[in-house]
Amino acid sequence: MKTVEVTNFVKSYGKLEAVKGISFSIDKGEIFGLIGPNGAGKTTTLRVISTLLQITSGTIQVFGINVKQQPDQIRKLISYLPEDAGAYKNLTGRQYLQFIANFFTNDQPKQMVEKGIIIADLGDRIDDKVDTYSKGMKRRLLVGRALMNEPKLAILDEPTSGLDVRNAQEIRGIIKETAQNGTTILLSSHNMLEVEYLCDRISLISDGRIIVEGRPKDLKQRYHAENIEEVFMKVVQ
Amino acid sequence: MSPLLNMLKKEIKELLTPGTILPIIIVTLIFGSIGNTMGNIEQEIQQKPMIALINEDSGIYAPVITSIFQNHSTIVFNSSSRSEKENAIETVKQNNGAAVLIIPENFSSNILSMKPGPIEVYWIVKGTGIMDAIPSASVEGLMYHAQRQISEILILQSNASSNATLVLNPVIEIDTTNIKGFEYPNISPGAIAQILSTQSTTTPIVMMMIIIIAGGMVISSMALEKENKTLETLLTIPVRRVSIITGKIAASAIVGLLLAVIYMFGIGYYMQSLTFDTGTGPTSFSLTLSTFDLLLVGISLFAALVAGLSLCMLLGTMAKNYKSAQTLTAPVTMLAIFPMILTMFTDFDTLPLALKTLVFAIPFSHPMMAQRALLFGDYTLVIGGIIYVSIFSIVVIGLVIWVFTTDRLLTGTVVGKKLARLKRKR
Ligand SMILES: Nc1ncnc2c1ncn2[C@@H]1O[C@H](COP(=O)(O)OP(=O)(O)OP(=O)(O)O)[C@@H](O)[C@H]1O
Ligand SMILES: [Mg+2]
Repeated sequence: MKTVEVTNFVKSYGKLEAVKGISFSIDKGEIFGLIGPNGAGKTTTLRVISTLLQITSGTIQVFGINVKQQPDQIRKLISYLPEDAGAYKNLTGRQYLQFIANFFTNDQPKQMVEKGIIIADLGDRIDDKVDTYSKGMKRRLLVGRALMNEPKLAILDEPTSGLDVRNAQEIRGIIKETAQNGTTILLSSHNMLEVEYLCDRISLISDGRIIVEGRPKDLKQRYHAENIEEVFMKVVQ
Repeated sequence: MSPLLNMLKKEIKELLTPGTILPIIIVTLIFGSIGNTMGNIEQEIQQKPMIALINEDSGIYAPVITSIFQNHSTIVFNSSSRSEKENAIETVKQNNGAAVLIIPENFSSNILSMKPGPIEVYWIVKGTGIMDAIPSASVEGLMYHAQRQISEILILQSNASSNATLVLNPVIEIDTTNIKGFEYPNISPGAIAQILSTQSTTTPIVMMMIIIIAGGMVISSMALEKENKTLETLLTIPVRRVSIITGKIAASAIVGLLLAVIYMFGIGYYMQSLTFDTGTGPTSFSLTLSTFDLLLVGISLFAALVAGLSLCMLLGTMAKNYKSAQTLTAPVTMLAIFPMILTMFTDFDTLPLALKTLVFAIPFSHPMMAQRALLFGDYTLVIGGIIYVSIFSIVVIGLVIWVFTTDRLLTGTVVGKKLARLKRKR
């Protein structure tokens, strides 16, 4: 069974067709990257897989469960980090993690929160109100929140956006470690270095269609490119 | 912790900020000041009313009236001739008295011949405030008491031919009311007070305020979830949509209920001070609601609050950000103000059918009307209203849950988009 199985997936916003029939699948423990220009349909795809938006046509299965029919079941297995998310301003970082952890577990919320705090790595500031955090601090808190519950599938929309080089690298390390512990990861990114470093396989979408898909190494060979950025430029023109 | 409780806790933490607490404090202060006014009224009630008495009747029933007033009021002017009326009025005015009573010479003879005995009452009311109505209410109480005593006498003397209507109402009061120097024939101060009293204005106003404050909270809480980009996360977490919705509604309802409790204490205090105990023994004339009635008013209020909050939740799903949330409270405010104005100036029973239907359909009308309806024993309207408002809430919450399962919540409404597209075309 594939962890994620997307078949002929179409998503329209009213008359605008944002995703025009794409198919891909992800194996257990894989890190799968979606790349593509702005407005290509990456976020739309991730949102539908995360049960946030309804599918227009085609099918999407997560662990063999259909997103359309049993979204509640899927929510128990996944964790979604929106590309541009926030936390409740009147809560402290710790309170926010506690609030979320309470939905996942009844007996071990403390352990989960501790894990989130370690990933967020905010030091004493974890007990300050979220309102006082910088953009990068907020992002770290949210990454912590998304990975603390050890989801079976983590869907991360531009996980390192807004982070400085050091923080971004640290988060990449955490993502890789999480995958090694058995979590399957689906992410989108505009950072080609990151994609190359992290992903086992990538899919390049443009204008709602998948243009190329494969292992970073194979793609570089196929397009005679030095790195994925060149591949990207050649494919998108 | 149960998801609902978890949700509720977070919502209350989010709601209890200075911005939301301040209005509550203002409401409390308003109640405080109402309470103070009421305190003064109580003192006023304990004073005996001052009147002038002109008795032209030498029959057997007039003494019943005069003795009651001699015992329970201060008579500042006494005469046996109608020609003294102007003097009597002057004297009462100078003494800040309440009324001039004239017992015409045909009073007893009318009753003896099975016709109601007339009593002319010239009321002198200083103003239209509730305080001004107190002395005349006391006199009214004494009049009622006198009428009852005459009834009792008639019942004791009764024979087969007695007329039941007459026995029950042996006295007919012919009122003239002088308010601030203007004379209104054929209306009693009580009737005027009914229209103008704070009793019929406070309840709807406070009700409206609670709905607007708590409703604003629900809409803002939805809008803030969107503006702070927390909604997407919340919606992918294993928590049932119903828990999210009820958590938000319950949190605002609890804060709103906090207001309602203050409000109920307010009414309790307020109604207590309106008990006209004329101190004439077994008969005291009460405008107080029983505990059961107060409970019904409370339930009606709570049901309307939940209905209002569900409606706000539905509107909140359309909010894009905090600013647009403020505009969205407008329809709810309107729905709360309309029945407020109607119940302040009119009575539900006297409305034309179309307006009646409209008022009944607006959930907020019910708690506004409940208090007065219960004073007059209209349980059908109050309980029927509670049932209707509950059904209304369930339907609206169902609609909200449906919106939560569609894309509308995150992508905006279909209607909104169509409008935007039309605008662009132009
Ligand atoms: N709520 C919405 N309503 C209407 N159209 C939308 C909505 N969200 C996205 N779209 C459209 O869908 C298309 C795909 O958008 P999407 O956000 O999926 O792109 P993306 O690949 O994530 O881009 P980016 O790299 O900029 O994040 C775009 O044309 C966008 O305008
Ligand atoms: Mg995106």
